[in-house]
Amino acid sequence: MSAVTAIGPGSQGAGMRARIRDFSDAHRSATIVISLAIVAVLMTILPKIPPLSLIQNEAPWFDAFANAGIYVLLAMGLNVVIGLAGLLDLGYAAFFAIGAYAYAYSNSPFSGLDLPFLPMLIVGAAVAAVFGIALGAPTLRLRGDYLAIMTLGFGEIVPIVFLNLDTWTQGTNGISGIFRPEPLPILGEFSPVTPYPYMIVMVFIVAIAMILLYRLQDSRVGRAWNAVREDELAAAANGINTVTTKLLAFALGATTAGLAGVFSASKLTIVSPDQFYFQVSFTVLAMVILGGMGNIWGVAVGAFIVYLIQVIVLKQLNSLKEALNLPAFDLGPIHVNISGIDFTNYQFLLFGFALVMMMLFRPEGLFPSQRRRRELHIADDLAGPIEDDPGVVGALGEAPGADELFDGGDKPEGGQ
Amino acid sequence: MTAHASPVSPSNSTTRALRATVMAVGAVVIYLIVLWRALLFAGEMTAGNSFAGGILAAFTRFDDVGNLFFGQALQQTVNALSIGAIYALIALGYTMVYGIIELINFAHGDIFMIGAFLSIVVTGGIFGQQDSVTNIPFLALLVICALLVSMVLVGLINVTIERLVYRPLRHAPRLAPLITAIGVSFILQNIALTIAGSGDRKAAQVFPLDWQISVGDAKISILNIFVFALALGLMLALQNFVGRSRMGRAMRATAQDQSAASLMGVDLNQTIALTFLLGGMLAGAAGVAWGLKFGYVKFDLGFNSGLKAFTAAVLGGIGNISGAVLGGFIIGFIENFASALGYSRWSEFLVFLILTLVLIFKPSGILGQLTGDRA
Repeated sequence: MSAVTAIGPGSQGAGMRARIRDFSDAHRSATIVISLAIVAVLMTILPKIPPLSLIQNEAPWFDAFANAGIYVLLAMGLNVVIGLAGLLDLGYAAFFAIGAYAYAYSNSPFSGLDLPFLPMLIVGAAVAAVFGIALGAPTLRLRGDYLAIMTLGFGEIVPIVFLNLDTWTQGTNGISGIFRPEPLPILGEFSPVTPYPYMIVMVFIVAIAMILLYRLQDSRVGRAWNAVREDELAAAANGINTVTTKLLAFALGATTAGLAGVFSASKLTIVSPDQFYFQVSFTVLAMVILGGMGNIWGVAVGAFIVYLIQVIVLKQLNSLKEALNLPAFDLGPIHVNISGIDFTNYQFLLFGFALVMMMLFRPEGLFPSQRRRRELHIADDLAGPIEDDPGVVGALGEAPGADELFDGGDKPEGGQ
Repeated sequence: MTAHASPVSPSNSTTRALRATVMAVGAVVIYLIVLWRALLFAGEMTAGNSFAGGILAAFTRFDDVGNLFFGQALQQTVNALSIGAIYALIALGYTMVYGIIELINFAHGDIFMIGAFLSIVVTGGIFGQQDSVTNIPFLALLVICALLVSMVLVGLINVTIERLVYRPLRHAPRLAPLITAIGVSFILQNIALTIAGSGDRKAAQVFPLDWQISVGDAKISILNIFVFALALGLMLALQNFVGRSRMGRAMRATAQDQSAASLMGVDLNQTIALTFLLGGMLAGAAGVAWGLKFGYVKFDLGFNSGLKAFTAAVLGGIGNISGAVLGGFIIGFIENFASALGYSRWSEFLVFLILTLVLIFKPSGILGQLTGDRA
């Protein structure tokens, strides 16, 4: 994380920006706290004034923001696995489900228990972490794409198990009537009509998670993740225990998902297998890719935006369409009936296109981390002089394509 | 770093491949008949309701009850062979693409789904058949038309996808094409969802279901035999093509070492496109077989079938053509057996359990010689 230099003197705005950048580099945690405090204030005020207040009342807005927070948390967790450690986890929703069911067992008429919310956040996260380790320990020795399929399988299996073991999970109906968290001193009651406390608690959780993740990213562990992602063999040769390192990323991702699961269960007051199908994993993956793999802030912002597009913009398009009430018309042989379109049905089509387009044209995401941008533009860099730039050469060794291009002992970085 | 998949086909002798295939199928058939008979006997024996007793009876009892059970076992085995053949056809597409460019083509299951849609479009839509067809020449025409349309279109769609999205990413880091493939899979699924809706799309099963061969008490559906024979024919044709033809040799060379193949004058782009074309055609044929056998298609059909077929490819040894076929049949048998035991809702669980165990204990699969540096 090098400090920004070489900004032209005399430009007041740029100087200000550089000073903010310097401050955020030097005091990362303080920056996170301040920014999220600003975000919390904005999320409190904005729904009270137009244009947001025109769309819906403030309670549904707070509700949507709290739900968006769940996805922000999920995306930040998946980012550790994919973005930092470079492991493709396609079954991430499984850990989300495990956290949610853990809370459901501890706080519902079904089990008869009523344990406090805040400690359960940690317990739920720990349970998910245990499952993460249990899945990761045997499978993390596998090559990346095999791991992807394994995790996909795990993500498929977990909802099936919850669905089929109906004696313990009530099958399709799921566990309902989960108790809401106890009222907090200043914030008051957690309830569907006053979702404000959920939102504030969520901001707190996101802030803590973000601080921890940033500190981890810049620590020895974070550097080990980078090394493993860039070149596992080289990392192992340099004394990194690759399996432990990957397992830690995997468990941390699971922990974050478990947190999100507990929060989600306490908010929805029902858990059922259909909340955790592949679509959830895929949505979170799309958020991470769009936000920019490896960049914690970028991923969080990406998740927030994607969630709001999903639940607000597409619905708004629907009501706009109803308000306009366009008649159907014919464009040559094509029958166009805009009034018959339900835009919310197209979200996964949009995600699909977004993934393909992002990978083709901007693989580093909308808000890339510097390192990731470099790594994903190897092909461009290959054309240029590579001997002088150690960063690019390091990345080159990681790319299987480049590997095969120069197979046969005469790699350009042969001297390394 | 020598991360190479095994060659697309290790065998250069068609007769050897043929013999191996026949032996494998024969072994599985015998195994299944014995297992099934044992199972049925175990269910029948009221006193000692044990599987061991069943196995004993399966070998020793050849009275009327034994014949009845033999018939049921045979029926189930043929059923398992036909569903296994469909998985095997899909698995071939996964394994060939993985063998040549080391990409898990996530969208391949959805390619199969589109093939299945095209097949019911041809039979129910273009030919407008609402019922089974007993006129044999007309039925043959229907099936051939469905196969041609589905195989050609699906093959071309697969090639187009490769050209548009996978080729530009050929030298990108490994995760990029995989994530792209997931995106393509969702695009295909949602196109099907938009056009066909979210429910099952039913079509008439043009192949008469009451055409059966009686073997003793057993009634074996000719449809199942047809599906199996069709798949087997295509697989042998593929084996022959890859093993003998010039382009097949180019494919194997590319799978072994792209740069060396390229230096020997192999046109990489053309060879990889050909691999996608062949994989797509086989998926199209699998789609037709699915349409004939089940008579319904759904937009997310490709997701589950694709995962099972991928499991089959890994089980057999990814990158290995005979392995994919063997794996497809094993998965078909497992699924059939699980549903017959009344555990059909656990069959996916079982398939993934197998995938997990294979990957943990033998990542190279049954027949694979994968030498990946990190596998």
